[in-house]
Amino acid sequence: MSRAALLVLADGRFPAGGHAHSGGAEAAVRAGRVTDAATLEAFCRGRLHTGGVVAASLAAAAALGTDPVELDRAADARTPSPALRTVARRLGRQLTRAARATWPHPELDALAARFPKGAHQPVVLGVAARAAGLGALDAAYCSAYEGVSGPATAVVRLLSLDPFDATGVLARLAADVDLVARDAVEAAGRVRAEGTGVLPARSAPLLEIAAEAHAGWPVRLFAS
Amino acid sequence: MGTGADRRVDRVTAPGGVRARARVLARADGRGGTSLPVLEGEGPLAVRRTRGSGAEARVMLVGAMSGPLGGDHFTVTAEAAPGARLRVGSAAATLALPGQEKADARYDVRLTAGEGADLRWLPEQLISARGSDLYVGTRVDLAAGARLLLREEQVLGRAGEEPGRLTSRLTVRIDGRCVLDQELACGPGAPGGWDGPAGLAGHRAVGQLVVVRPGFAAEPPAARVLGEGAAVMPLAGPAALVTAVAPDALRLRRLLDGALASLGRD
Repeated sequence: MSRAALLVLADGRFPAGGHAHSGGAEAAVRAGRVTDAATLEAFCRGRLHTGGVVAASLAAAAALGTDPVELDRAADARTPSPALRTVARRLGRQLTRAARATWPHPELDALAARFPKGAHQPVVLGVAARAAGLGALDAAYCSAYEGVSGPATAVVRLLSLDPFDATGVLARLAADVDLVARDAVEAAGRVRAEGTGVLPARSAPLLEIAAEAHAGWPVRLFAS
Repeated sequence: MGTGADRRVDRVTAPGGVRARARVLARADGRGGTSLPVLEGEGPLAVRRTRGSGAEARVMLVGAMSGPLGGDHFTVTAEAAPGARLRVGSAAATLALPGQEKADARYDVRLTAGEGADLRWLPEQLISARGSDLYVGTRVDLAAGARLLLREEQVLGRAGEEPGRLTSRLTVRIDGRCVLDQELACGPGAPGGWDGPAGLAGHRAVGQLVVVRPGFAAEPPAARVLGEGAAVMPLAGPAALVTAVAPDALRLRRLLDGALASLGRD
C-alpha cells in the first residue's frame, strides 16, 4: 500500500467533480438550519452517521473486490431520492474517468463498460482504491472524509464562514470519522459471506426530502 | 433470529421479557373473496377479523396489554397468498416503554404477498416513550405483480416528553430484488447528529409510506415535494417511497394522507 496514493485519492483537488456539490448543505443553509460553525458541525455529524457510513461501507466493500453490480443495487436501495441517485451516478462517472486516467486498471475499464452512465460514486471510489493499490480502510476513510469535507467547504462559500472555523469542524469530527471508517470496514468484511444486506442502511429523512426540493430550484450555487 | 429460536415453543417468558407472535394468512377463496385460514395471536398480540370491504379481508391488531417493554420480543407475520387482498390495521398506537430490566426490546414484522395479491399494512403510530429502547425490523417480500401499501409512523416521545431510543429498519424486496433498505435511528444513544439539521431538526414525528404497484414499472410516479416536510420518491423498481417529517403525529398523518392522494387511485 502506498500512503501517497491515499493522499492523491483523498485530495479535494482530485479532478472528480466533487467541488460542484454541497452534500445537502446548500438546502440546509437556505432552510436556516445551518447558520454557523456549530450547526455545520451538527449537520456534518448527522450526515456522516447516515449516508456517510452507508457510502463508506459501499466503498470498502468495492475495495475488497465485491461485485460492483451487487453493490450498485445495494446503493440504489439505500438511496430513495431519485435526485440523489442521479447525483451519485454523475459523480461516479466523473470519478471513473479521473481514476482511469490516473490508475489504469482492467477493473475500472470493466466498470466503465458496465455503467456507461456511471455507477454510484462510493462503488467507483472503492474500485479506484483497488486500482491505486489501496485497501478497504483507505477507501472507507476517503469516502467518510469527503462526505463531511464537501459540505464544510461549501458552507464557507454559502455563509462566508471563516475557513478556520470550517477546518475546526472537520478536526472535531475526526473521532467520528475514525468510528465510521472502522464500522464500514467491519460491515464490508461480512458481505462475502452474508450478502449486501449486512451493509448499513441508515438514512437521514431531511437530507432526502431537501435533496428533492433542491433539485427543483431554478437557481443554485451547487449541483446538489 | 436463528432457526433455533424460531423452533421454540411459541410463548416463552424469557428472563426480562415476553416473547409473543401473531400470524395472519390470507387466501383467495376462489369466489372473489379472501379467507383467513390462519389468524393467531398470543399474549400481548391479539388479532381480530373485522368487517372487510369487497374482496378484501380486514384484520386488526389489538394490544391486550401495553408494550413492547424492555426485553420483549414480538413477531408479527402477515401473508397474502396469490390473489388475496388483506388489510391489517391496529386498534391503537403501539407504545414502546422501558422494562423493569434494562434490556432492549425487539419488534419484527414479516410481510409477504404473492402474485396478484394486495397487502395493506396500516398500523397506528409507534410512540417511543422516554427510557424505552426498541428495535423494529420490518421485512417485506413481494412476488412480481403483488401490490403493497405500507405505512410506518414513529412518534418521538409522548406529548412534551423526551423520546426513547428507537431503531427502525425497513427492507422491501420485489421478486427477490431489494428496492428499499433504510434504517432510522433516533433518541438518546443514537449515532450523533440524529436530531440535527441533517437528521430530524427537532421534528418529533417521522413517517414512511411504501407503495408498490405493478403499473409503476412502466409509469413511475413523478418525484415531488409536498410542503417543507414530505417528498414522494420513485424507487429503483415499481415502487415509491413517501418520507415525511412533522412536529407531531397529527400533522404527519395529514402529510402522508396528502402524499398518498397525490399518487392517484390505482
